[in-house]
Amino acid sequence: MKNESVIANRRSASPESRSDSHGPVERRAFLARGIKVAGALAAGGVASTAGAQARAAESLGAQMPAWMTTEGAAMREYGQPSKFEEPVKRAVAQLYGKLAPGAGASFTPLQSLKGTITPNGLHFERHHNGVPDIDPARHKLLIHGLVKKPLAFDVATLMRYPMVSRTCFIECSANSARNTLPKALDVPCGALHGLVSCSEWTGLPLAVLLNEAGVDAGAKWLLAEGADSATMSRSIPLSKALDDTLIALYQNGERLRPEQGYPMRLLLPGWEGNMNVKWLHRIKLTDGPTHTRDETSRYTDLMRDGKARQFTFELGVKSVITQPSGGMAMQGPGLYELSGLAWSGAGRVTKVEVSADSGATWQDAMLQAPVLSKSLTRFRMPWNWNGTQAMLQSRATDEKGNVQESRAAWSALYSPANRYHNTMIQTWAVNADGSIKNVYA
Amino acid sequence: MFTHERTVIGLAAAALLAACTTPLMGPQPLSQGLDLGRVVTAEEIKAWDISIPQSGAGLPPGSGSVKQGAAVYAAKCEACHGANGAGKPLDALVGGQGTLASGTPVRTVGSYWPYATTLFDYVRRAMPTNAPKSLTDSEVYAVSAYVLQLNGIIPQDAVMNAQTLPQVKMPNKDGFIDYSGK
Repeated sequence: MKNESVIANRRSASPESRSDSHGPVERRAFLARGIKVAGALAAGGVASTAGAQARAAESLGAQMPAWMTTEGAAMREYGQPSKFEEPVKRAVAQLYGKLAPGAGASFTPLQSLKGTITPNGLHFERHHNGVPDIDPARHKLLIHGLVKKPLAFDVATLMRYPMVSRTCFIECSANSARNTLPKALDVPCGALHGLVSCSEWTGLPLAVLLNEAGVDAGAKWLLAEGADSATMSRSIPLSKALDDTLIALYQNGERLRPEQGYPMRLLLPGWEGNMNVKWLHRIKLTDGPTHTRDETSRYTDLMRDGKARQFTFELGVKSVITQPSGGMAMQGPGLYELSGLAWSGAGRVTKVEVSADSGATWQDAMLQAPVLSKSLTRFRMPWNWNGTQAMLQSRATDEKGNVQESRAAWSALYSPANRYHNTMIQTWAVNADGSIKNVYA
Repeated sequence: MFTHERTVIGLAAAALLAACTTPLMGPQPLSQGLDLGRVVTAEEIKAWDISIPQSGAGLPPGSGSVKQGAAVYAAKCEACHGANGAGKPLDALVGGQGTLASGTPVRTVGSYWPYATTLFDYVRRAMPTNAPKSLTDSEVYAVSAYVLQLNGIIPQDAVMNAQTLPQVKMPNKDGFIDYSGK
């Protein structure tokens, strides 16, 4: 009677939905209401490529296709996606153009992916001065500062340590910054929100190495530094380092990609992306934060009153509908599945609500199990689009009771120039002609 | 065929014997006791330890004047940061004081950065982007002095070194709220 793969979670507190039961019945009830409340959760289609319907109407064909009548390709040593998936790639943004070609970011194409794990070649990138070409045989990790015994490790040595695996998201704290600009950009979901990705990371707890070095009583923080050209560094409280921080060597089963920190990076589940220092080569135990450039001039959150919040490490609860989303086109009125991603730096996502009327009414989406702490969570909801304009939104809640903020609430708090920690609700306008646009609502 | 099976059985027996001599340790995690790190000397650490906190601890010998910094800036920085640190094509380094609470805040070294030591740390490790770590320590002191003077924070005749740089009071020093415990 239950679909084991989905969790139908509690309904939101809207009066009309409060008495409904869960599970498949709820789903049917919801569908009925979707039809009843025209335009409201009627919904969207996932934009398929133009011409898909026309091709679907074609006859099967009298002849078998060429790939059934000729030999297929041979085995290859490292697989690649089908050439027909070539458009599925990261959107690259060079912040300074040719003056610093390696400074910028590339965005995971969230609109083209389903599931929760990001393929390694599509994990978002953020580099401050390019990707270093590190020879692992010459790379060293130094642990020093307020320790009894400063230690150096080479990569081969670290590979001997017992390892653990952890699935979690990494999100740049400037993710969704484009939606803090004065005008809504008409770009795909990934180009707005694609500075978040999710992998299974494998490595060793940083605490193991810190214990071997012997942390002095006066040490309260550490400085983590990368071996890249920018030598990017961040201060991290010792409590986090001793809690769930890993030195990650593997991503989704294979060694880290160069753009993800090969041969090793820090992994701080739930905390700002750039604290997950890539190309990690030095950890210095200190009595306080170092106030590096990337925790003072950058990655601080300017508020309306002109003060800036510093060391806002934890990423807020957030969600976005990925299908349908900006730039897609509906295939006409009818039944569609809405799908999206939710996450929180505070722990598990417990609820995702979806609205088709700009937040006037909400319905609970189904969450794909397993729902992991500090990991991307997939939500889904059936939607019967009646062909009139709809304003699609999603709103996530986490296990600490944090609820994703509205655009109005978020904007009231932060300076108009702040680009960090944008957790506000995304609105996609589904227009009567089937086009879908990013709008501010 | 029989010969082959006997060989397999023989190998299995050998494996069992080997297991007896080097027993597995069970399912508990191997979380300590490896201690594979190499203890390093203070001299080795010195070359790597380039981070400078606001106390100035670890600042190297050397010094630089505003005038010397102007020359370094013209040669190494101006192409990106513009004449007098005004910005363009890239980030402005000067100006913006008093704008942070406005609708159009301008964040520069002068208006936003809380510590002068961060300027030294960052320029030394990361600038210029096409040749990071190419400036001498005295050149970094000098260009730091120049940028601070352009912002009106230190006088024209100031000299920056390990003693003077940490003493510089930045205009926005108290502009940050520490959220690390929240």
